[in-house]
Amino acid sequence: MVSLLDIIGPVMVGPSSSHTAGACRLGLLARGLVGGTPQTALLELHGSFARTGEGHGTDKALVAGLLGFRPDDERIRTALEIAEGEGLEYKFEKTTISDESHPNTVRATVVCGPRRAVMVGSSLGAGRVLVTEIDGFPVDITGSFYSIVILAADVKGSIARVTRILSDHDINIATLKLTRKQRGGDAFIVIECDDSPGEEVRDAIRSLAWVRWAMRLDKVSGG
Amino acid sequence: MYKALADAISDAEARGKTLSMVALDLESQDQGRAVADIRASLARALHVMRGAVDAGMTGDMRSNSGLVGGDAAKLVNSTAGPLAETPFHDILVRALAVQEVNSAMGVIVAAPTAGGAGVLPAVLTGLASARGISDERVIDALATAGLIGAVIAERASLSGAEGGCQAETGAAAAMAAGSATEMLGGSPKQAGHATALAMQSTLGLVCDPIGGLVELPCVFRNATGAAIALAAIEMALADIEFAIPVDEVIDVMGQIGREMDVRYRETAGGGLAATPTGRRLAKERLYQIKRG
Repeated sequence: MVSLLDIIGPVMVGPSSSHTAGACRLGLLARGLVGGTPQTALLELHGSFARTGEGHGTDKALVAGLLGFRPDDERIRTALEIAEGEGLEYKFEKTTISDESHPNTVRATVVCGPRRAVMVGSSLGAGRVLVTEIDGFPVDITGSFYSIVILAADVKGSIARVTRILSDHDINIATLKLTRKQRGGDAFIVIECDDSPGEEVRDAIRSLAWVRWAMRLDKVSGG
Repeated sequence: MYKALADAISDAEARGKTLSMVALDLESQDQGRAVADIRASLARALHVMRGAVDAGMTGDMRSNSGLVGGDAAKLVNSTAGPLAETPFHDILVRALAVQEVNSAMGVIVAAPTAGGAGVLPAVLTGLASARGISDERVIDALATAGLIGAVIAERASLSGAEGGCQAETGAAAAMAAGSATEMLGGSPKQAGHATALAMQSTLGLVCDPIGGLVELPCVFRNATGAAIALAAIEMALADIEFAIPVDEVIDVMGQIGREMDVRYRETAGGGLAATPTGRRLAKERLYQIKRG
């Protein structure tokens, strides 16, 4: 459903809603996967991101997102210099992820302390984004909701336990998706929520014995 | 939101309301947000639009590549043209200003996109300033513009990569024409004709930016987009009607976009980008950006 505020918006640093605002949102989501500003980030740019990214500030916008800046933050312009001060070591490479990948796609490998994550995401136009892969698991995260991503052993009743924690904390679920590479292997659970889950929700999920890790992703799009 | 402008117009007529009122009512229902809350978001957008207009007029904005910048400041001081000292002249300045800010990584409102971000603020704030129109009525106009843009998104496209420049500055001109017609006292029906009149004149417009950058000709297409909007407003308020219904004009814009060769959809493979000078500029400027 198209909203008026999708059309009159977003408020953003130019010049391109797909190459700048969308790139910043992808950076924010990658940051969320490691829970803070990464110490190192490898950003592999595909397609138009690789070809015209520098002219559109895609590099600055991605790094700005990793630093936690939102698309309307004027610090995007100087994000590369700020990153040095914050101890974020970034590296850009041009790549072809696959022939089917969206023209504006990035693969981000980010490390923060003990956490390492590999995210593939695309900027679809008008600032909208889609994360399609996390640590090799296929996902579809738009950033229009608060999300919780969980890597867990594939055990019976896992969904029931997690959703119970959410309902106990009065969090409404918008979408829920579980994927796994094979039966009995690890399962990857993405839950998009209408309400922002607090740290206590994340910690309650992390305390489940079969959960390997759980992270909260901020809502990066929409009003 | 409405999927046809005709539905919004007949709703507004039946209920004795403006397009902005029926759009805000439906948005409130769709999104579960209070109208006052939606208006507050639009008020923030207006604030940012005005900030971009002001920033762009100072003239020290330069894009990363150096291809554009400084032209709003040139025009603002010029009295050489036939439109000097008219609201029309002022609106052209504002459109250049906002788009120069965008190219220089300043803060703008994508309306509907960053590439077409200059048209709507130029037309609405320029007319508001010339006619002493209150912010509340400009916010109403932003809601009407959002309605028109939502219908275009639904029926056609708002992306240069999908539909060429007709889907970006063309859509922006259509949104500006319809919303400003209502802001100046036009009826919902007249706003519909203004939208159609603006859009018909950008049908087929290709997206051919030098080096693939949102700079050249985007800055100038925003100024001419604002000019097209003003022509459409002038005609619609005189009760001139466009015989092809507005939703059909929008549909055909989408169809032309789908049939448009990929070279003309933001890939810098055709049009101005592929001229000998366009290619040379792209090579030089992209090299300059890399060197920093």
